[in-house]
Parts: sequence; structure tokens; C-alpha cells
Amino acid sequence: MTNKESNKEIEALLKGAIAPMKDSELRRDLWPQMLCKLDEQPSAVNNIPWFDWALAGILGAALLFFPGAIPALLYHL
Amino acid sequence: MELLERFASGDLEAFEALFRQHQKEVYAWTVRIVRDSGIAEDLTVETFWRIYKSRARFDPAGNFRAWARRIATNAALDHLRHSRRETELPEDLAGPQTADPAVRRETCERIKQAFFQLPAKYRLVATLALIEEEPYNDIAEAVGISVALVKVRVFRAVRILRKKLYSLVAGVGAI
Repeated sequence: MTNKESNKEIEALLKGAIAPMKDSELRRDLWPQMLCKLDEQPSAVNNIPWFDWALAGILGAALLFFPGAIPALLYHL
Repeated sequence: MELLERFASGDLEAFEALFRQHQKEVYAWTVRIVRDSGIAEDLTVETFWRIYKSRARFDPAGNFRAWARRIATNAALDHLRHSRRETELPEDLAGPQTADPAVRRETCERIKQAFFQLPAKYRLVATLALIEEEPYNDIAEAVGISVALVKVRVFRAVRILRKKLYSLVAGVGAI
């Protein structure tokens, strides 16, 4: 059997084993689910990446332990 | 203002109107890929969630249906990638036409196993092209690849299945 014939046979086996789902229809309105999903939308605070929080934490700790650095930081800003 | 323009500018009522217009179609496309009605419903909602989040990038002059189908395909592909071995096919399968029901069951089972082991991107195009018999153009547009690449992926999927099922084909051929 050639590869081409073999491939055709595999295709036929696949079609025989797994029925198409063309007639499958949506039986209910999904809008209520969609509204729930929209309500779960995270707040803007939750959208800030974790590394931004980490950077802010490190900066805050540095300024707490080395308050003398505050003027230098303000100068560079 | 047109519906699509209102949607792109964040109007929730316009989004609801589009959702109601297209939910059946998105579901029908998704269920063909994932082959489970419950999962397809969840993925339909996920698709529209992605659509809503990306509304600012949508061109109101563009084709919403094609855009939605492409997002639905990506959502379904993500699902296939993360749950390849857990999803079960429905039980009402036609089954290959062999004389012995035991052989037929065994054949079905092995085909299903081999099919589930396909990489997600091959399984996606194999499902749409070989089982659902969707036109290659539609598949290419939905996946965002060329028609030639769809053909390549179908060919590779069949080749992988052939390797896995070689002994099975030989067995069925002898019946």
C-alpha cells in the first residue's frame, strides 16, 4: 500500500470514528454568563504588574532606611 | 453612529447586540473544534470577553464575523493545548464499518487515542478539514495562516496518525 492510499485509509477511519458536529446548536442565551464575566473584570489596581509593586516596595524600603537619599532622588527626578 | 463604531468606542449595548447576533455562530464554530457543548459554551463567553477587551483595536470598517471567528479559534486552540488528554469525545460516534462490533469498538478507541495525542495545532486543522469538512480557505482565515500551511498541517496530522495506527490499518485491511 502506498503512503497516499494509506493516508486516504486513515482519513476514512477518522471520519468513521468521529462524527461531525455540524448540527450542534446553542440551546440557551449566553448573555447572562457574559454579564457575570464582565462584572468579574479586575479593578485597575489589580492590573498593575507585580514587578511594579516590587519596585515600589524596594524604593519605599530604601527611602525608609536611607532618608538621606531623598534629596538626591528628588534632584535626579 | 454605526453598531460596530459604537462597540469599538466601548458602548455596552452595542456589544450586547453584537453578542446576540454572533453567539450562535461562534458557539457552532467552537463546538466543532472542542467537541463538547459545555466547554464550547464557556469558550464562547471567553471569546466575547477577549473581543470586548480588544474592542479598541477593532477597525469598525472591518469584518466582525471573521475577527470573532479568529478569536474563537485561538481560544479553542488554547483550550486544546491545555487539556489535550482530559477531554473525552462524545459516545455517539459512528464507528468504522467492520463486521465484528468488538473490533469496531477497539478501532474507534485506538483512533480516538491517536487523535488526542496529536499536537493541538494539527488536531485543530485535522478536525476542521477532515471531520467537519470545512473549506481550507475558511480554516486558513480562522487560524490566521495560509491555505498551503493548512494543507501541510493536515498532511502532517494524517502522517502522525498513520504512524500511530499502522498496525491497526493493517489489521482492518485484513478483515
